[in-house]
Amino acid sequence: MKVYADNAATTMMSKTAKEAMMPYFDVVYGNPSSLYSFGQDAKTALEDARAKVAKALNADPKEIYFTSGGSEADNQAILSSAIIGARKGKKHIISTKFEHHAVLHTLNKLEKQGYEITLLDVHESGIVTADEVAAAIREDTCLVTVMFANNEIGTIQPIKEIGAVCREKGVLFHTDAVQAVAHVPVDVKDMNIDMLSLSGHKFHGPKGVGALYVKKGILISNLIEGGAQERGKRAGTENVPAIVGMAAALEESVLHMDENIAKITAMREQLIEGLSKIPHGKLNGDRNVRVPGTVNFCFEGIEGESLLLLLDDAGIAASSGSACTSGSLDPSHVLLAIGLPHEVAHGSLRLSICEYNTPEEIAHIIENVPKVVEYLRSMSPVWEDLKKGVKEYVIQ
Amino acid sequence: MLYSEKVMDHFRNPRNVGEIENADGVGEVGNAKCGDIMKVYLKIDNDTISDVKFKTFGCGSAIASSSMATEMIKGKPLSEALSLTNKAVAEALDGLPAHKLHCSVLAEEAVKAAVKDYYDKNGIAYDHEQLCDGNCACCHEHDNEGDGEDKS
Repeated sequence: MKVYADNAATTMMSKTAKEAMMPYFDVVYGNPSSLYSFGQDAKTALEDARAKVAKALNADPKEIYFTSGGSEADNQAILSSAIIGARKGKKHIISTKFEHHAVLHTLNKLEKQGYEITLLDVHESGIVTADEVAAAIREDTCLVTVMFANNEIGTIQPIKEIGAVCREKGVLFHTDAVQAVAHVPVDVKDMNIDMLSLSGHKFHGPKGVGALYVKKGILISNLIEGGAQERGKRAGTENVPAIVGMAAALEESVLHMDENIAKITAMREQLIEGLSKIPHGKLNGDRNVRVPGTVNFCFEGIEGESLLLLLDDAGIAASSGSACTSGSLDPSHVLLAIGLPHEVAHGSLRLSICEYNTPEEIAHIIENVPKVVEYLRSMSPVWEDLKKGVKEYVIQ
Repeated sequence: MLYSEKVMDHFRNPRNVGEIENADGVGEVGNAKCGDIMKVYLKIDNDTISDVKFKTFGCGSAIASSSMATEMIKGKPLSEALSLTNKAVAEALDGLPAHKLHCSVLAEEAVKAAVKDYYDKNGIAYDHEQLCDGNCACCHEHDNEGDGEDKS
């Protein structure tokens, strides 16, 4: 049995999205900026797609800018806000310790340019509070950027409350909603969101395409200079097939959101219940306040990469926050941010499921993960020390 | 594929896994904080490694490196164990990715730490330059490699 359980990394494209894209490769292939009908038909498709994306977020089509993906949208939102802030002499930005690197590395860059960055704690629950954001806001704060849902552990942040705090204090609020859009309800008006990033391939759309929502009245800056595409804010001929595919995938996901949430949440609960039986292992992040499909466990005494390789042999595709899988010395900054010690964070496993998974596949995961964990523990000197009492268990 | 077939073979079917009761030499190197620990057990008869076992906490290449290193010294005189290099371990595995080379370093150090333990226990003199006491390579090998992978 082959089980794809890494939907937070990327998803399979839906049939709807794939079929929607096809005419835009070799039938309606004109440049949307061209005046003849080949171009204008493509332009119509582009604007239909924009309207669909806007509708999914309860935004106006004029507030949607297509990008190459979530990372570009994050970069543009943050750098634009920094420029807006600098004009008023405001150079302080608030975020959290467990943002995606598209946000954290952009903030690092700004820090080197003289901005001051405050990264808030996210606690063991993996959730920051609106009060903590409010307390961190200063006279010179120009931006609060807090992710909607965490990509590694799946916990959801109190976006509406944080948005309200920012509105009240007159500070721009951006959210990286790459893991949330199409998975849980998102309403930019109701949630007081000024800017929002999304990515097509996280909800069964194509890769290499995303969007940035920017509330009317906020003047963003270009990352890419050139032609007048995207109302002059993102140059380069639009990737029409990908944009059409993303919009189709989003529309479909939103249409079936309630039933998908019910189906995926039931499988997730099955997964949590099954894997919680493994001794000296634990679910990371709040038990309930999470996106439907993502769970992250730590198992003491083992290392994540070997776990992934052996799960792959059992037909299961998953991911881990161990240092060995990231190519860096430290394990995942997300797992460290929720307070896990290094040695435990190395033994992490992220499983992210979607509506295409089945309860049989979940059963296959529940059958195989404990076997692999037990096998790796049997050859682990760390586990040997824990068992003999030379070291103390971190997870009881 | 990240790893050579040889690495995957030694990872999937590691040789010499386990412990030796009353081993003549035991060496443990690495650090759980960094994500790799190797422990090597030696049985020594007449200056020859008559048996060797290992336990490893670590990634695929760490387990494969331990397996290969123990294969390379099993049944060999101690002098050969002392001349084991990380390069030889990596080559025997048909190469390791650059950021995994420290795993072969750790394997070399684990073997040498076990030999050192044997010498220390038996009051045998040795060249201190040649024998590491562990914990040297683990934490500084790949400081500057960045954190490439997208875990989004």
